[in-house]
Amino acid sequence: MKTEAKRLMRGSEAIGEAAIRSGCSCYFGYPITPQNELTEYMAKRMLETGRVFIQSESELAAINMVLGAAATGARVMTSSSSPGITLKQEGISFLASMELPCVIVNVMRGGPGLGNIAPSQSDYFQATRGGGHGDYRTIVLAPASVQELFDLTRDGFDLADEYRIPVIILADGMLGQMMEPLVLKDTPIAPEELPEKPWTLRGAKDRPSRFIRSLILDVNLEEEHNWRLYRKYQRIERREIRFEEYFTEGADMIVVAYGTAARIAKAAVKKCIEKNMRVGLIRPISLWPFPNEKILDLTKYAGHFMCFEMSMGQMVEDVRLAVQGKAEVSIYGRPGGVVPTPAELFRVISRTYNKILREKKA
Amino acid sequence: MKKRKPARPQTLKEATFHYCPGCGHSVIHRLTAEVIHELGIADKAIGVPPAGCAVLAYFYFDIDMTEAPHGRGCAVATGIKRALPESVVFSYQGDGDLAAIGTAEVIHAANRGENITVIFVNNAVYGMTGGQMAPTSLLGMKTTTSPKGRDHVREGYPVRVCELLSSLDGAVYLERTAVNSVKAIRKTKKAIREAFQTQINGEGFSLVEILSPCPTNWKLSTVDSWKWIDDVMSKYYQIGLIKDTRKGSSKDAD
Repeated sequence: MKTEAKRLMRGSEAIGEAAIRSGCSCYFGYPITPQNELTEYMAKRMLETGRVFIQSESELAAINMVLGAAATGARVMTSSSSPGITLKQEGISFLASMELPCVIVNVMRGGPGLGNIAPSQSDYFQATRGGGHGDYRTIVLAPASVQELFDLTRDGFDLADEYRIPVIILADGMLGQMMEPLVLKDTPIAPEELPEKPWTLRGAKDRPSRFIRSLILDVNLEEEHNWRLYRKYQRIERREIRFEEYFTEGADMIVVAYGTAARIAKAAVKKCIEKNMRVGLIRPISLWPFPNEKILDLTKYAGHFMCFEMSMGQMVEDVRLAVQGKAEVSIYGRPGGVVPTPAELFRVISRTYNKILREKKA
Repeated sequence: MKKRKPARPQTLKEATFHYCPGCGHSVIHRLTAEVIHELGIADKAIGVPPAGCAVLAYFYFDIDMTEAPHGRGCAVATGIKRALPESVVFSYQGDGDLAAIGTAEVIHAANRGENITVIFVNNAVYGMTGGQMAPTSLLGMKTTTSPKGRDHVREGYPVRVCELLSSLDGAVYLERTAVNSVKAIRKTKKAIREAFQTQINGEGFSLVEILSPCPTNWKLSTVDSWKWIDDVMSKYYQIGLIKDTRKGSSKDAD
């Protein structure tokens, strides 16, 4: 297999192709809109490449099939949308405690409850705070283009293996459906070419038997287990922060947005720049770990951070924590599956920006 | 007759079972370990213990094992077996685990004809949590959550798992046994062996349902528990081969 040139691809298919080229040998999933194109792509491609595809009876079954396959050392993926991800939380908590690597894709839709099938960002809390029971984290990556859906999924498999942790790709219905040019710059790897993992369960042949568990009845050992996980999370916080900056230097006001919202924000900020407004954009790419230090550092320029989220405001809480009271933080939230236009957002930014200028003069 | 001291099966670790006196798990662990050893599959066997009394089975079996969330044994076993087809995979599940919270997982694993083996321990009660009503608790049976005795109007009927699964084409070997006499224990071991052989032969889903005493929660002596299986439990849960649609007979495995 050789590296390919630019081609037009749908977002959900870019995730699927990234999984194939990452050596993902098992996919387990259950139908839910708006991510069925990914499941269907995997059904086709996994069978073509002689790998494992199961349409499970439930999200619970899917995530627990992930658990079983991950225990053997296989690279494994599941995908769903918001209500389905809620069902998977049982398994995600176990995967986190048992330190089993996997990639979980959430193509977010409007909520709560069944909500609707329109693009949304209302699962930020669920994704970045663990989601299930217990003291744990998952790495959360938020792509904003088809290229990034591909690149971050590929990176997600590597990060999952490196840290033995579930990695969540937090996309939304808009990203999953859109078509954009994609450059496949990577070198694909086949499942059989992946390096052996020293902890897997593949039968106790020529070695002592092993077991993987999350039940630790001794409170002191369970505390130590939590500490060990915590130290791993600290390592990830030191090393794996990702973000993109856009005209942040010297900006009086900074917009914070991720994923689809960041695309809209970028267009709006571009218009601000054209009008000589000192407005910048920071786009967290890793939502956990969150770019706290970067945002704190930007308070040296900006006195106001405006979060734009396709929810009532969830990431805004992380931004408030990050600025440590050194700047004002506001939220422009559009929940329910509404995707505002760059023009709408530009008007909102302008209002706030002009208010800041007025206050500065006064 | 000279008394023979039974040797520890090589696939059981040097550990003391935590199970209550008279509990069937100790016997069933031993039988399963013996079969794994005798079939020569210890180096490719992967076990999936349940949430329940047998949750610590990985302290006893000297083979690779992974925990499963409550009821998800068949889904976890499916993931292992599909990722590693050359392994021999079994889930070990109780009645609350398999027939209540894990009903969907066992039905669909059986329906897909997953080439896995299930050791299903039916003691008609939730043991580890302290004797609550199980889906398999018998009518009239008093438990901590059916204090007046199970009434079908209030609590429904006991679930017959083997019969429930028998309509599924993917389930090819289903047998119900007990561990309340030497003869019954021998038959159970034979059934466990048949079930593993079914998987080794690549024939599909196999399950052995074992009627197992729980003297602690039944509030009976060990001897009376054994008797209760004969007199009451096995009257509702018919002992014997429930379904065998395997293509090749694996009788020569004996």
